[in-house]
Amino acid sequence: MFKETAHIFGALAEFDNPHDLLLAAEKVRDAGYKSFDCHSPFPIHGMDEAMGLKRSPLGWIVGFCALSGAGVAVLLQWWTGAVAYPLVIAGKPLFSYQAYVPIGFGLAVLFGAVSAFIGMLTLNKLPQPWHPVFFSERFEKMSTDGFFISIESNDAKFAAAETLEFLHSIGGDHVELLQEA
Amino acid sequence: MSNTAEPLILNNPTFATLSSDVSQLTEKKTPLPWYILFSMAVSLALLLFGMLGYLIFEGVGVWGVNNPVGWGFAIVNFVFWVGIGHAGTLISAILFLLRQKWRTSINRFAEAMTLFAVICALIFPAVHVGRIWVVYWMIPYPNQMGLWQNFRSPLEWDIFAVSTYFLVSLMFWFVGLMPDLATLRDRAKSLKRKKLFGFLSLGWRGGNKQWKHYEMAYLLLAGLSTPLVLSVHSVVSTDFATSNLPGWHTTIFPPYFVAGAVFSGLAMVTTLAIIVRKVFKIEHIITIGHLEKMAKVMMATSMMVGYSYGMEMFIAWYGGNIYERFAFVNRAFGPYAWAYWTMVSCNVLTPQLFWFKKLRTSVPVLFIATIFINIGMWFERFVIVVSSLSRDFLPSSWAYYKPTWVDILTFVGSLGLFFSLFLLFVRFLPIVAMSEVKGTLSQADPHNYEKNKH
Repeated sequence: MFKETAHIFGALAEFDNPHDLLLAAEKVRDAGYKSFDCHSPFPIHGMDEAMGLKRSPLGWIVGFCALSGAGVAVLLQWWTGAVAYPLVIAGKPLFSYQAYVPIGFGLAVLFGAVSAFIGMLTLNKLPQPWHPVFFSERFEKMSTDGFFISIESNDAKFAAAETLEFLHSIGGDHVELLQEA
Repeated sequence: MSNTAEPLILNNPTFATLSSDVSQLTEKKTPLPWYILFSMAVSLALLLFGMLGYLIFEGVGVWGVNNPVGWGFAIVNFVFWVGIGHAGTLISAILFLLRQKWRTSINRFAEAMTLFAVICALIFPAVHVGRIWVVYWMIPYPNQMGLWQNFRSPLEWDIFAVSTYFLVSLMFWFVGLMPDLATLRDRAKSLKRKKLFGFLSLGWRGGNKQWKHYEMAYLLLAGLSTPLVLSVHSVVSTDFATSNLPGWHTTIFPPYFVAGAVFSGLAMVTTLAIIVRKVFKIEHIITIGHLEKMAKVMMATSMMVGYSYGMEMFIAWYGGNIYERFAFVNRAFGPYAWAYWTMVSCNVLTPQLFWFKKLRTSVPVLFIATIFINIGMWFERFVIVVSSLSRDFLPSSWAYYKPTWVDILTFVGSLGLFFSLFLLFVRFLPIVAMSEVKGTLSQADPHNYEKNKH
């Protein structure tokens, strides 16, 4: 069934539709697997609960970075305008905090957006062009209309034969091991 | 939005037909009309670069700007192009937060339009400074001169507002593209194409552990972009409103500019959508229903703009400032009356057609009306910039502004750059957000399978 010599990275099973994937995800979760993922062409409503995932911490990261963006903007405008290069313009005070609002807001948004972008990639460990799921020919369907569950071999419960059997038993099609072709 | 309403996408698509309908546009042989359009657009873009080279070589004297009209076409074009961008952000961010699922058919190319419009916009303030080789002095960095920027000036706010806008729009657009780039990767036949899109999609594998962070990032980017729609053009309007010039010095400017920006941008999105859906035969994805919804938003924003025109006039009279009053009488009946009434008829009267369902669901009517709106909104900026400057406090300093051929060709060239970038986009990248559209189909909702079993 599989080559003994090749390293086994995990197992992959295909499901018919989002509904079947969701039910299967609950079964994989209940069976005690941790290192598994459900691949779909679009995010499926309710999948986080089905897989037992916690809410993404990204909001806290972005909130912190946005606030520091506003802080950096105020410091920059205060230090350059009131300390490093004080210049009276139109009789305005050197520390004109009202005028700092647009750039303060702008940098808050910029820092927030950059942290949302980079934070998302970091949490997802992207870019990562290489991954065991890509060993599967069928996985090319994923981004069009394929619904897959992958269980990685670093999971404590993973054992090639039993895991394959398990994926069959929860209704998976085209169950296969992920290993170098 | 409920699923029982009429479907957003026609012809009962499956996930697979949707992917192939959109992806194959980038995969099949380049159609001949594309080459014709692209060579035209690129010629105009080259004209733009030629004109910019000529400007930098000769100096701003080649433009029609004079004293007192120191801001001519360059600033008109800048405000026009930034405004165009706003509809993309409205569609991608605000309509996302409002859960308007119909946005998924049009958000991708509306966002692309935003990026290209902002690129065109950024050119004009950069070159109008005169000595473009020191344009980087506008950016704060420690320098040997010991100089710092004046952060109390709206012109400095603009640098931050517009460059933030560009970067945020770019990241938002790319995040949306990632799953679709993975689709192109997975569909690719040749190894070269597979590698290219594998690289661009950053190895996206659609796992829910990734979607979890992805959806959060998308939501946060939408939340951060939403105030940008309101703030960027507000900051642009303060370039005018913080001056003492009659016709500019009004508190209505920020909301008035924002409404105008969204209005003009929607007109441009609709113009482009009509062309794209026809040329690429995706009328079942961008349906007449989508165009109708955009017509309704255009009508609403048109009335906000019309209200602003009226309110400016009213306050000019009611405020009792004679210079202000003169500026507005002069605007409507002075030497630039032709521009003023072009603006009013294009922006206020044209969208009134959309009251009638028959007219707002007719593609030819929409196409012509949106072209008129695009023209009208360019003239709005022309009226604001030029008519206010040309006749200020002292009649002895009045002068009539006329653009030179360089001004006109530079603007035409910027249209060329915009369309060149847009044509490259429609040829090589998925023009519809496939993964988002799939998410709105009824078969994407796991609950719908349960119902079928009962």
